[in-house]
Amino acid sequence: MDTYKEKTPLLSDADIKRILLRLAHQVLEKNTHAEQLVFIGIQTRGVYLAQRLQKIVKELEGIEIPLGILDITLYRDDLTTVSEVPLVKETKIPCDLKNRIVILIDDVLFTGRTIRAALDEIMDFGRPHRIELLVLIDRGHRELPIRADFVGKNIPTAKNELVEIRLKEIDGKDEAVILRKKR
Amino acid sequence: MEPWQKKHILGIKDLTREEMETIFKIAHSFRELSQREVKKAPALRGKTIVNLFFENSTRTKISFELAGKRLSADVLNFSSNMSSLNKGETIVDTIKNLESYHPDILVIRIGYSHSLINLSQYTSASIVNAGDGSNEHPTQCLLDMFTVQQEKGALEDLRVLIVGDIMHSRVARSNIFGFQKFNSRVSVCAPPTLIPYDFEKLGVEIHDDLDQALKEADVVIMLRIQKERQQESFFPSIREYVENFSLTPERLKKAKKDCLILHPGPVNWDVEISSQLKEIVHPLILKQVENGLAVRMAVLYLVGTRKREYEISD
Repeated sequence: MDTYKEKTPLLSDADIKRILLRLAHQVLEKNTHAEQLVFIGIQTRGVYLAQRLQKIVKELEGIEIPLGILDITLYRDDLTTVSEVPLVKETKIPCDLKNRIVILIDDVLFTGRTIRAALDEIMDFGRPHRIELLVLIDRGHRELPIRADFVGKNIPTAKNELVEIRLKEIDGKDEAVILRKKR
Repeated sequence: MEPWQKKHILGIKDLTREEMETIFKIAHSFRELSQREVKKAPALRGKTIVNLFFENSTRTKISFELAGKRLSADVLNFSSNMSSLNKGETIVDTIKNLESYHPDILVIRIGYSHSLINLSQYTSASIVNAGDGSNEHPTQCLLDMFTVQQEKGALEDLRVLIVGDIMHSRVARSNIFGFQKFNSRVSVCAPPTLIPYDFEKLGVEIHDDLDQALKEADVVIMLRIQKERQQESFFPSIREYVENFSLTPERLKKAKKDCLILHPGPVNWDVEISSQLKEIVHPLILKQVENGLAVRMAVLYLVGTRKREYEISD
């Protein structure tokens, strides 16, 4: 098991709050028909980010955007090599995705493999009009041709570093940090 | 959670309580998969599963077949009764033959108790027991317990009563091992001729009066009277069996109000259960079928995505 030690704080709770507010504005600016939108958060932290964005949009526009939860475990390309029991968590898609604009939400964009899996899974639920990707942090090192439409912050990282987002809902506080592998 | 270690699922006896809980957790999420528009996920894509049934079975085979297909595995069905094997090919030959196709999982039902561990040396595939003689039927136990967990919210400290042909029942044995691992008390109720002589050693209470036995039960598992196994007369007549051991509306009144009635199916109505109870008991029995699919998906998923020994070191 790899052990990591804390290195640098990246975002404070105030930063995260500001970024989410901006991202919500960007999503609404780009998609003028907000009633077509569906937010789908990727388990686990993407789900909480999706919930917060939904709340912000409601405050801004008075619209309640349907909220979905996606667990991509069964669609992973490394299922037989992961080192723990690949537990499957809840997936819940709130409405028919046909002709909808899906905003796929995750905390960190890294290799792009999670997003590939998520796209495949969403397609199995129906044929959305469009899927756009929103991430809080893009840390680079893509292994697939995938890019995000909405990025909270671009952060260059080394491959042996780990970007960890902590959210109040499960971690007790809001912050983002870089961890580096212990030698 | 620790990686899944078991290569084979041969019986409930070999599973730990933690492993059973993992299966239930995974099964829970697979119930949702079956309600999607596309009832399929690519978790076992590229894996080959062979359903090898040396004994008749429709339900278990269909359930395993669909479970494999829902996870995108390639599923082959090989059915054969013992007599066609007498044409010359032995069971071991059959398994060696299939080995040429490099299967990943063999789901086997076989008439000989305890034979699967021996067969496992002839294949590199994982073996999942779909019923071996009168020994075990682990996925039936898992689906029974999964159903009880959903209905009761927990599996601990229950009183479980198994009624019927205990002697020939692999379901009874698996359920005894399973419920006991969760500190539930298991009793059996049947004509004395249908209770194996060594059952007291398993720590079960033995009853021959159903009215008495029903009073305390939280869960009752009614077993099918297997007419094909009744050539030697274990009881004088079906009528006499029904008189004493059939679940009737009058008898059910003696049980607790929230008592669950399970049956592995197919039910012989008016033999083990009165057809007057059909509307009351059938919905839960059908739910067992649905849960059976989810549990079998979970078992295939865990065995099929298990990390190979040589990979675990990193």
